[in-house]
Amino acid sequence: MNIQDYKGVFVFAQQVDNVLSGIALELVGKGKDLAKDLNTEVTAVLVGSGVKGLADELAEYGADKVIVVDDPELKEYRTEPYAHALASVINEFKPEIFLVGATAIGRDLGPRVSARIHTGLTADCTQLDIGDFPINPVPGKEQLHNQLLMTRPAFGGNTIATIACPDFRPQMATVRPGVMQKAPREAGKKAVVVDFNPGFTPNDKYVEILEVVKAVSDVADIMDAKILVSGGRGVGSPENFKILEDLAEVIGGTVSCSRAVVDAGWKPKDLQVGQTGKTVRPNVYFAIGISGAIQHVAGMEESDIIVAINKDETAPIFEVADYGIVGDLNKIVPALTERLKAELAAK
Amino acid sequence: MKIVVCIKQVPDTKGGVKFNPDGTLDRGAMLTIMNPDDKAGLEAALRLKDQYGAEVTVVTMGLPKAEEVLREAIAMGADKGILVTDRVLGGADTWATSQTLAGAIRNLEYDLIITGRQAIDGDTAQVGPQISEHLGIPVISYAQKIQIEGDSVIVERQYDDRYHVLKAKMPCLITALAELNEPRYMTPGGIFDAYNAEITVWGRANLVDVDDSNLGLKGSPTQIAKASDKVRKGAGEKVVLDPTESVEYIVDKLKAKHVI
Repeated sequence: MNIQDYKGVFVFAQQVDNVLSGIALELVGKGKDLAKDLNTEVTAVLVGSGVKGLADELAEYGADKVIVVDDPELKEYRTEPYAHALASVINEFKPEIFLVGATAIGRDLGPRVSARIHTGLTADCTQLDIGDFPINPVPGKEQLHNQLLMTRPAFGGNTIATIACPDFRPQMATVRPGVMQKAPREAGKKAVVVDFNPGFTPNDKYVEILEVVKAVSDVADIMDAKILVSGGRGVGSPENFKILEDLAEVIGGTVSCSRAVVDAGWKPKDLQVGQTGKTVRPNVYFAIGISGAIQHVAGMEESDIIVAINKDETAPIFEVADYGIVGDLNKIVPALTERLKAELAAK
Repeated sequence: MKIVVCIKQVPDTKGGVKFNPDGTLDRGAMLTIMNPDDKAGLEAALRLKDQYGAEVTVVTMGLPKAEEVLREAIAMGADKGILVTDRVLGGADTWATSQTLAGAIRNLEYDLIITGRQAIDGDTAQVGPQISEHLGIPVISYAQKIQIEGDSVIVERQYDDRYHVLKAKMPCLITALAELNEPRYMTPGGIFDAYNAEITVWGRANLVDVDDSNLGLKGSPTQIAKASDKVRKGAGEKVVLDPTESVEYIVDKLKAKHVI
């Protein structure tokens, strides 16, 4: 492998049902920043069936170039044909960086592709920078410049590691959705569009799709939610969860709960956050009437923003909350819902 | 039917996390467990064994101590345990780990390989799909239901907003979610069997079709540039306000953080 032959920042433009996923635009945005640091271009790789029309949207969000791999075999996501598409694009175009979203699709596709082309893959990155490796000079070891430095949480979020891939190309990472910023949309901006089809011949590695069921199972639900409105014993009764559901609806969130609520039979176990429930990392976690036992905190402390409402000012939830409000949830939550409703309607 | 299940011994990071007074992780004080997603994968294999009849072989890569999770798996009902351990395998990233496990599995007959989706220490979810790629077989990740039909496996594969019912010809690799099932407990008879079971121990020499350049720290394309214990966030603000002021306070914060 001649590393010098590999140029440009490529991102996988994930689409589902021919609609671009948010992560596709986030990666174009981040890819643009990295490309600027490297004095190169950002290329979006669009894979699907009948997806060429999405190229303009990628261009308006900053893609300099769009490679379209369009084939009937690519209609629904399946590991093998998608892996073949990306591996073929990499072999043909030789990018120095290739980013994929850390979604249920990307976390399956990324490792299959990196294993096929023999390069490293860093999972679930929350920060990407261009820099030197080693970061500080080490006697007797060449310090390489313009390396992709990929930062990610590990050990259940208890440690942070920065990873490099100095000897293989492309440098590949999956990137956590919702962390990188989209670039502002520039209407009418165009990209160079390149069609590329490496040929798709079904073999034993192609799985057959018998059925596509578009119902969110509760299992996936709270783990994927961007905003969780979570209630504890302090909510008082199953009926009173209505005020949490109203808030969740207005703010586009999902209701979850603590173990006490499940043990009381107020909510099903699928909605339980914590050590014996699910680990969640939403952008915003509302802890309402939740005392914050360590077992609960273990399941939600990685949330980006934690808002706690509790009448007991000594509740341990306040030790992890970014914003803690000591007060009566029965008064605050409905008023908050009304206020947000007005706020969002005005937009 | 022959099923290979890959399992990993991990520190119990969820709930049982212990910290030193300076806020760093106290690894010595943490218990080790069978990785939860792997345990669900093992349970799925044992259910297929109950339903269709199967020989279940568990494979782990790790330090000699990792033999413990193999015995636990046998106590749950697995038939055989293989420990892959060797100094030269240490420091492996997911590429080198998947090369190692693929090299070990090439010694075995299998219709199905089941791995956990991801381990709670690394959280990468890469090793399962990478093993399947090295072995040239199909992969179905994030399985929430598994059935056998003739020489094929039918799996419900979970996505963010849907699931696919997929049919793959065996041999096939499946990655399991902890939510797939409720793993069984060890049985007294099983514990007795596990105590007496012979664990097969393999080293570098037993790996088939793997080049030295793909093993251990030296065979790992990714390298750690920097690692640090995370600074724990700690308490933020705490306010005591009347309901109206509380609402204004929350709305201001949500605006400042671009949530609304």
